[in-house]
Amino acid sequence: MRLSRKHLTLLVLALLIALAPALFPSNFYYRIGALIFVNGLAVTGLVVLIGFAGQISLGHAGFAGIGAYACALAPGYLGLHPGLAMLLGAVLSGGVAWLIGRPILRLKGYYLAVATLGFGILVSMVLANEAKITGGPDGREVAELGLRGALATIGIGLSNAQFWYAATGLAMLLGAWVALNLHDSPTGRALRALHDSEVAARTVGVDVARLKLSAFVISAVYASLSGSLLALMNRFITPDVAGFLHSVELVTMTVFGGVGSVPGAILGAATLTLLPQALTVLQQYENLILGLIMMLVMIFMRDGLLPSLMRRLKGRG
Amino acid sequence: MTLLQVEGLGIDFGGLRAVNDVGFAVAPGEIVSVIGPNGAGKTTLFNMISGVYLPGRGKITLDGRDVTGMAPNRLAERGLSRTFQNLQIFQRMSVLENAMTGCHLKERGAILSDLLCLPSSRRRSAVTKARASELLERVGLARAAEHEASSLSYGALKRLEIARALALEPRILLLDEPAAGCNAVETEEIDHLIAEVAKSGVAVLLVEHDMKLVMRISNHIVVLDRGEKIAEGSPATVSRDPRVIEAYLGTQGAEAGHALG
Ligand SMILES: Nc1ncnc2c1ncn2[C@@H]1O[C@H](COP(=O)(O)OP(=O)(O)OP(=O)(O)O)[C@@H](O)[C@H]1O
Ligand SMILES: [Mg+2]
Repeated sequence: MRLSRKHLTLLVLALLIALAPALFPSNFYYRIGALIFVNGLAVTGLVVLIGFAGQISLGHAGFAGIGAYACALAPGYLGLHPGLAMLLGAVLSGGVAWLIGRPILRLKGYYLAVATLGFGILVSMVLANEAKITGGPDGREVAELGLRGALATIGIGLSNAQFWYAATGLAMLLGAWVALNLHDSPTGRALRALHDSEVAARTVGVDVARLKLSAFVISAVYASLSGSLLALMNRFITPDVAGFLHSVELVTMTVFGGVGSVPGAILGAATLTLLPQALTVLQQYENLILGLIMMLVMIFMRDGLLPSLMRRLKGRG
Repeated sequence: MTLLQVEGLGIDFGGLRAVNDVGFAVAPGEIVSVIGPNGAGKTTLFNMISGVYLPGRGKITLDGRDVTGMAPNRLAERGLSRTFQNLQIFQRMSVLENAMTGCHLKERGAILSDLLCLPSSRRRSAVTKARASELLERVGLARAAEHEASSLSYGALKRLEIARALALEPRILLLDEPAAGCNAVETEEIDHLIAEVAKSGVAVLLVEHDMKLVMRISNHIVVLDRGEKIAEGSPATVSRDPRVIEAYLGTQGAEAGHALG
């Protein structure tokens, strides 16, 4: 039996995650890897929203903020285990997305962009201003997940960086599996259909409003889990996680890597997380070169890094 | 027995009466054609019947129920399906996926089972795939199934839209110029396909500029000109109607007049 494209993609991702540490010059790279995976999880959600359903959001960091602060606050205020706090955050984000998505998703194009942008700003403002609860702009500490200790007692001893590398890698892999499942399912086909022609999708029976909302909720849950993992990994969180810059970063990674492709967006997350690290040797030219690379890729590889590379490979082969 | 009934239907765009006071009926198994010069309002009429435009006046009844202003997806649930004159293809999906999307109402299920690829989700997709493949076979696109839709020719895309519309297993099918851009052989095939569909009991509402095709397969013809119904009846009656000949001669010259006989 031939390996399906979904399974091939997952296999390649799993192998990359498992084998990359062999090339790490130092322990510091586990941390960079984990950051890539956390971003990779969030951008996979954006592939569902932007790449499948064709709806833009410039406010998804707001959901990352909800996820992150659920992990920061729920253990102290509600006595929840941090792991359950992550689930609470996901449910909360899904609920908020469902509520605001209904009016917002009637908008299209740049109107939708501005409305979601507003939502992201709202969340980060609340997080920064409600200092008594959230700790304000200075941020606050996050409780220890405790899973690493539990693993140690059963004989799996990992350094903190190694543990988070594995945990976030696994989360991203699961996220990719779910998104790839969706892509080739009845719901996924309906989402991609409404992306290409809303009127045709309607006439074959697609409830466009409901499906857009589903994609919005799903992508919000991805962003929320990504924010939670970031908070638990760093043991500290500031309102920046919900900020406008983070939202834009996530969309940029998605589009840069390939907005319709799960592995593409993950490659985008990897490239744009690594590149600034690699470019630090250029010192004051760092941002200049980074900006230049981004512009060139988008000019010459309009569909994003991975889809364009694949097409070129196929064209030759 | 009437499946679709249209009464006094009308819509304005700004000052333009695009369609005014149009009425007719379609029965199961019947092929009713709507003809008229460019800009007569045929597509606009289709858009109102399929719920894409909200009618300004009049009433649409499907199976005895008032469905005026009902959303397209609700109408699809009631068995109304259509194609588009200005192709509405899902460009970034494969030919097969395009046809599969036509099965949406039958294949949709719990989103959670789609996210987790549960057996029920896989089963629904497999059934749809088999059904869509059959339809592609029927419109002569089986060999292109795995191609990206955007790679097909215009005539092939027209047939893909028909396959997608048939995938709904409609009770009434609206075809907006299905033979446009098709060569003589393809037109012949479409002709057969429409006749076959009607024979299976589906009501067909057809807009088509190919007069030979229209005269050959229609049971009943409705003629529009500048938004108004100017004539209606059997192909023989309509082609002899002086107002029809004038409408066509006025806008399309002797060729159309000749085609009308
Ligand atoms: N959305 C719209 N807004 C404004 N005017 C419209 C709209 N849709 C159609 N019209 C106008 O309504 C009139 C009827 O157009 P319609 O497309 O229904 O004609 P048609 O009979 O389908 O013509 P053709 O044979 O060229 O397809 C035209 O004058 C057209 O410009
Ligand atoms: Mg038309």
